[in-house]
Amino acid sequence: MTEQEKFENMIDKMKPEPHRILEVVRQTAAESTFRVAYDGETFDGQFFMLSIPKVGEAPISVSGKGDGFVEFTIRKVGRLTEGVFGLQQGSTLFMRGPYGNPWPVKDFENKPLVVICGGTGMAPVKTLLEHFYNHPEIANEVYLIAGFRDADCALFNEERARFAEKFHTIYTLDTGATEGFEGGLVTEHIRKIPFAELGDYNVVIVGPPVMMRFAGEECVKCKVPAEKIWVSFERKMSCAIGKCGHCKINETYVCLEGPVFNYTIASKMFD
Amino acid sequence: MGYKISTEKMDEILKGLSGQYKVYGPKWDRPHKNVRFAELKSVREIVMDRQSNFSIKEVFYPISQVMFYFKGEDVEPSEVADDRDLLIFARACDINSIQRLDKIFLDNGENNNDYFYARMRKKVKFALIECGGFENCFCVSTGSNATDDYAFAVKIADDIFVEVKDDAFAGLFSGCEAVDYQPEFVKENAKKVHVPEIKKENLKTVSELEYWKKFDDKCIGCGGCNTVCGTCSCFDTVDVVYTEGSSDGERKRVWSSCMLDSFTETAGGAKSRATHGANMRFKVFHKFYDFKSRFGTDWNMCVGCGRCEMRCPQEISFIDTVNELAEECKNI
Ligand SMILES: Cc1cc2nc3c(=O)[nH]c(=O)nc-3n(C[C@H](O)[C@H](O)[C@H](O)COP(=O)(O)OP(=O)(O)OC[C@H]3O[C@@H](n4cnc5c(N)ncnc54)[C@H](O)[C@@H]3O)c2cc1C
Ligand code: SF4
Ligand code: SF4
Ligand code: FES
Repeated sequence: MTEQEKFENMIDKMKPEPHRILEVVRQTAAESTFRVAYDGETFDGQFFMLSIPKVGEAPISVSGKGDGFVEFTIRKVGRLTEGVFGLQQGSTLFMRGPYGNPWPVKDFENKPLVVICGGTGMAPVKTLLEHFYNHPEIANEVYLIAGFRDADCALFNEERARFAEKFHTIYTLDTGATEGFEGGLVTEHIRKIPFAELGDYNVVIVGPPVMMRFAGEECVKCKVPAEKIWVSFERKMSCAIGKCGHCKINETYVCLEGPVFNYTIASKMFD
Repeated sequence: MGYKISTEKMDEILKGLSGQYKVYGPKWDRPHKNVRFAELKSVREIVMDRQSNFSIKEVFYPISQVMFYFKGEDVEPSEVADDRDLLIFARACDINSIQRLDKIFLDNGENNNDYFYARMRKKVKFALIECGGFENCFCVSTGSNATDDYAFAVKIADDIFVEVKDDAFAGLFSGCEAVDYQPEFVKENAKKVHVPEIKKENLKTVSELEYWKKFDDKCIGCGGCNTVCGTCSCFDTVDVVYTEGSSDGERKRVWSSCMLDSFTETAGGAKSRATHGANMRFKVFHKFYDFKSRFGTDWNMCVGCGRCEMRCPQEISFIDTVNELAEECKNI
């Protein structure tokens, strides 16, 4: 590589590029899915830095993908995310990426897979679930436990209905009895998975930090070996390329080595 | 090759260099009553009797730096206005601190060097200032008292002694009085630091020590210690709009600090590290364990410059903190 090419490569990693919003689908009062024109390759579990010039930038997982587009399911919590909610079909969204270590999908193929997710934590596992939904030939038994605070917070209604046709699903709400949902936290349902009968399987856990901790501990109680558990971390991030320091946990940079980690590593990381 | 030269001659040389280099060194910044790295007119501006308040990094990694300009839908990277290279008069600890920064900006993760850092860093050459150490520094303890990364070295006494290493500078001194001169490095500091034995095996135990709790109240999370540190690299990204409703603006990065309350804060106010003690633990681990472990080096990240020691408004001594921790580590 010439020096100039090296510098061009560097700026490519840092410079946001404009992308057209193709469609906006409202999920809940605070969450919507934005379909954005994109031609490159992404791997399940990766994220982009989305931005609006003069507003800000934030890391958001790819929650869906297809020919010529990627999707982001975004929760409105602050400056940038509120800005994105002000955009509509045809607007421009800036992005750079994709970044981060994806799920080890090849290792998951042809083996039972257990996915445990809470809230927006369903976003970073959705393309993974679609992968097995669309490719039954490489899918084995898929178990999905998805939890939400209440019925108004439930995400991906259309997708979850489809997943229920092919996967073993448990959808649960923290509060409010509702048709189609069980009650209680996701952790309370983990013991229903027949881990002992699954043979060589993997478990994926994504959600708020507390949920991930308790779900991880519950799996370990159910005798799931740590090396079969995979998690995805969310940390504050400002650069996504290992420079700004915000995502650092001791010697690990979540934006570089994560967000996906094996539990053997994740369970030893601490603040 | 060594030379002895007068102030006038040295200043003449600096003037001659100014077409090709912007020349920097630690000098008084009167309005702020600080010693900072700034452009030099004379070698005598270099402050010799005390450490600079701010580190060398601001010369090419400034406290606030525009990355991109926005004009409507156009995003343009900022440009470097001055195409001259940078010649920085600096002490051994300062030069070593830049090698630590290089690791983070140029060597952390595959194929993702920092564009804005790299384009300035490649311009930098150092003029080593021979230094005898100051009241609050401990560069010998951290192993960062010496360096061979310099174009030429100077000892600034009544006369000026110069050793030239980089051939590109040799011609400038031809005709000057040749003498035997080699820079000396500090062999012993007044202050000493015992590098704590933090290892993979005791990481968790050390982090859970009661010891850290004493900083919960004492430290006020002002981040001053990180601001003055030459090896701290963290930043926030900030967007600015020039005037309300304008389509023009910029995306900057601004130094941040792991000691600030907001450093790890995410939606809903959740914080990965919620106390000043936890932040202090994080900072000390980074300086004396994480960096070494991550980059497989025996360099401590801290270069013992003592600036944070001088800076803390709460009189938290970093030296005492590290030494007490080293003691605590021995007892586990
Ligand atoms: C790898 C990764 C993937 C993510 N994927 C998604 C996703 O698919 N959908 C989604 O809605 N969100 C996701 N997030 C969280 C999202 O990045 C934050 O909600 C976002 O940064 C908030 O930005 P803001 O400018 O709107 O808020 P700000 O105005 O910056 O802040 C509002 C609040 O959010 C906090 N905040 C800042 N950064 C983060 C952060 N990284 N995570 C959580 N809170 C933060 C602030 O401290 C403040 O309390 C992801 C985060 C990471 C690290
Ligand atoms: S931690 Fe303190 S002594 Fe060490 S390099 Fe930074 S400012 Fe200097
Ligand atoms: S300078 Fe002192 S008070 Fe301020 S963050 Fe550092 S240790 Fe805490
Ligand atoms: S997000 Fe900046 S270092 Fe990871």
